[in-house]
Amino acid sequence: MSGSQSREVYDLTVIGAGVSGAAVARRLSMYDIKVALLEKETDVSFGTSKANSGIIHGGFHHDPTLLKARLELQGNLMFDQLQRELHFPFARCGILVAAMNEEEMKTVQYLYDRGRRNGAIGIELCSRERILDLEPKLTSDVVGGLYAPGGGIIEPYRFVFALVESAQHNGVRLITNFEVHRAEYKEGLFELQSKKGDRVYSRYVVNAAGLYADEVSKLFAAEEYTITPRKGEYYLLDRMTKACPGKVLFPVPNSVSKGMLVIPTVEGTVLVGPTAEDIHEKDDLSTSSTKLKAIFDSARQMIPKVSTKDVITAFSGLRPALPGGDFYIEASKKVPHFIHVAGIQSPGLTAAPAIAEYVKDILKEEGLTLQERSDYDPNVNAVPRIRNKNSYDIDKLIKENPAYGNIVCRCENISEAEIVEAVRRGHDTLDGIKFFTRSGMGRCQGGFCTGKIIEIIMRETGKSYSEITKRGKESTVIWRSLCEQNK
Amino acid sequence: MNPNKNTKEMICIVCPVGCHLQVTVDKDEVKVTGNRCPRGEEYAREEILAPKRVVTATCRLENEQHPRLPVKTDAPLPFEHINELLDRVYELSLPTPIKTGDILIEDFKGTGVNLVASRSIE
Amino acid sequence: MRTEQIDTLVIGGGAAGMSAAATVSAAGFTTALVEREDELGGVLLQCIHNGFGLHEFKEELTGPEYAERWVRNIESSEVKVFCGTTIMEMSLLEDGRKECFGYSPEYGVLKFVTKTVVLAMGCRERNRGNVMIPGTRPAGVYTAGLAQRLVNMNGYIPGKDVVIVGSGDIGLIMARRMQWVGSTVHAVVEIQPYPSGLTRNISQCLNDFKIPLYLSHVVSKIYGKERVEAVDITPLENGVPNHDKTFQITCDTLLLSVGLIPENELSKQVGIELNSLTNGPTVDSMLMTSIEGVFSAGNVLHVHDLVDFVSAEARLAGENVIEYLKGKRPERELSIKPGANIRYVNPTRINPDAESDIYMRPLVVSNNARIQLQVNGEVVKRQKKPHVQPSEMIKLKITPKIFQDIEITPDSKVEVTLQDEP
Repeated sequence: MSGSQSREVYDLTVIGAGVSGAAVARRLSMYDIKVALLEKETDVSFGTSKANSGIIHGGFHHDPTLLKARLELQGNLMFDQLQRELHFPFARCGILVAAMNEEEMKTVQYLYDRGRRNGAIGIELCSRERILDLEPKLTSDVVGGLYAPGGGIIEPYRFVFALVESAQHNGVRLITNFEVHRAEYKEGLFELQSKKGDRVYSRYVVNAAGLYADEVSKLFAAEEYTITPRKGEYYLLDRMTKACPGKVLFPVPNSVSKGMLVIPTVEGTVLVGPTAEDIHEKDDLSTSSTKLKAIFDSARQMIPKVSTKDVITAFSGLRPALPGGDFYIEASKKVPHFIHVAGIQSPGLTAAPAIAEYVKDILKEEGLTLQERSDYDPNVNAVPRIRNKNSYDIDKLIKENPAYGNIVCRCENISEAEIVEAVRRGHDTLDGIKFFTRSGMGRCQGGFCTGKIIEIIMRETGKSYSEITKRGKESTVIWRSLCEQNK
Repeated sequence: MNPNKNTKEMICIVCPVGCHLQVTVDKDEVKVTGNRCPRGEEYAREEILAPKRVVTATCRLENEQHPRLPVKTDAPLPFEHINELLDRVYELSLPTPIKTGDILIEDFKGTGVNLVASRSIE
Repeated sequence: MRTEQIDTLVIGGGAAGMSAAATVSAAGFTTALVEREDELGGVLLQCIHNGFGLHEFKEELTGPEYAERWVRNIESSEVKVFCGTTIMEMSLLEDGRKECFGYSPEYGVLKFVTKTVVLAMGCRERNRGNVMIPGTRPAGVYTAGLAQRLVNMNGYIPGKDVVIVGSGDIGLIMARRMQWVGSTVHAVVEIQPYPSGLTRNISQCLNDFKIPLYLSHVVSKIYGKERVEAVDITPLENGVPNHDKTFQITCDTLLLSVGLIPENELSKQVGIELNSLTNGPTVDSMLMTSIEGVFSAGNVLHVHDLVDFVSAEARLAGENVIEYLKGKRPERELSIKPGANIRYVNPTRINPDAESDIYMRPLVVSNNARIQLQVNGEVVKRQKKPHVQPSEMIKLKITPKIFQDIEITPDSKVEVTLQDEP
């Protein structure tokens, strides 16, 4: 990067490669404009987008006066096509809200009415018999509930990875390890400077910086608001658990959150949680034993077979909460050509494709000329994954590429070829590879595969052992090599 | 070794019983109590006067598939020499082929103990 | 797709697999040995310390040396070895044979059609998630076995300042190993009031290096944003953590040695019944599982401490495979249960007409123990043991002679008990 001679000037720069930023970048890549997507971490989807329930919501949890409710329904309907184009794991398994007494049934009725008003397709009120028929693993104490067949589950990081890949495929420039440190608006151009001193110039900026959207807004001297991190803790259960439901199970919600759920992940494991607790630190992802009881009690109230014996791991995610609780997606009134996409809590994942549409319209209103490209290609190449194939197809795959025959992750059935592909697509940290392939998510939690994955990363990228990290920056995994000692 | 009266507690490791021993060194005499059998006395004596250990480690191999070679001392090595042996081990860089039992460092520091390969690599 | 039609498929090329395969093959039956790593040996290859082979070879060997003896046996046998091959699927054919698919970079998918199978897949380590240590999820948390592999096979030292959770032998061995590669081990934290590992290892792996051992303590929190920075250690009082007495140790690495779990995912896939006391398959006197012709031995059957016992047990399994292939079955079997002070017995059925070994673990520590085999309350065999502890497996020989003078029926109650010698 040298001086002002080779300036990178973009029509649009999106700050933050979480689900919102990635969706916006991809949507805008349909047009004949230069787009940059900036991400402060080493890989995309490393923020809130990697640690959430993975639910595509059913459109009944929020009042239609709220922007997020409208975008939730719109977004929900876009997932089938998105899956066809982007090949991320997605299943429209349905959502159930279970009521344990008549009082709760009243709330469920209210949710049902709201769902109808929102236009949630196929939403129904269930009797006890009906809901037990839909979900036999539910406790027999259930009195009834609500069924939203339009609800579903995805692997959120796979979705974000695919959105970014598609965006890049259509010309978007992804710049990772770029944390916006300073911003200035001069002569119709924003100058964004990273901590390391790199500069990017852009006519328009979309602030999709998640937990840090408020801080980014301040850098640009735009509107002032405060994002409060709201922590959600989860426990992940082994795919062999007897407590795996067929549908996403919600309790009746309370005023603070949708409650603690039992979620069948699309890849066959089970999530219980999340909690909802406002905290101070935006990087406090610690889990604590005090929440265990509450999470499991809530889960067992719905599925009695849920057991702590099945726990594989625990993790936390932080929701970027704004006062009022709605999405803040608006053009700034203080700074021209600056768009806020902030406070994207639940149902952010569901709404993301609709958020992208909404932002595109705002940009248009703000004067960004959008001419469709003739060569836009919505599809990304799927990576063949042996876990989804039968032995005969795998035989063919191995004969074409022997690396498909080397099983690196035995718990989740992942071959070397898939790991190599992850690295080649830019995911060269242990977590990045984990999110792209699932290697390390299984019951042994990386005990068997980590050594091999380190070797593969080194071989594919030429990095030395000291540069291999769990998720970038200082999260190195090896201190020293004996082979180089005493030299 | 402190030549004066000095009692040390140790657990005998000769057999799984693990008697708790009290060992006192009084000038040249070693007194052992707590042992259920004579082997314990012998162990304590050696442990207090001249402790020795078998050392196992790995050294560098010039072989892509097997970058490390497991090695061991072919007899227990006096305690005080262990760190120096380890330094020497980590300096080694050996070509293949190698056979189990090949002597890599002979008679370390005159102790009569050799460092040998613990695995055969083609 | 390449197909191998064989009499026996042994899944897993570690100590158990090699012993079983060599045994069956020596009797003239076609045997395939499948191993997912590129070489035979299993976990022995990374266990560079010594202490192996005292029973089996009457010598004290390192893990790699022990493995090499067996690899030589296999090389000079008729066993067909398939390394770099992972068995992914097993199913039962109508004619009673089993069909297994293995994936291999060299061969593609290999189909094995076999009369018998020996499961010898070993075990995996319990990890942080299983024991649910709260805190952040930084880099620097490893299971002891993973750290051992990185250090001994790759030469990569995971970290500089180490805390180890668990005083079992793996944790203790790694304490010494980390010190010997230049790291510092600041503590070993053990939840029980007594250490799990051998006294010899406490002495040579901890005391030699003055590493503090905190008994009745737990790691209650992990700190660190990107890499481990510190851990909280909390004492247990009457089994309950006393958080007022929590102290912190600055470190960059946490090694977990908190238990092993037999790796039975393939077994579960095909519907084999598991024994909840061992986490391994329930087996009869032939070490045969609930599926006809599928046998099991080694760490996948139950977690062992001595590799010599693994080889012996696998040899027994091999001998039983031979009997099975010859069409022989035990004429009668008795159910055997763990009695006083015994946690479990394997197998859970015995053949009173054949010579065999049974394996068990005590619930207690005793320096003056007596093991008794009882049939309907009558003692038929007793054995003195100068020292027993839960982390040391006991082997007991059963011979037809024991049952000579008593009456046995299929309902006879057989039990193994342990008490202090009077």
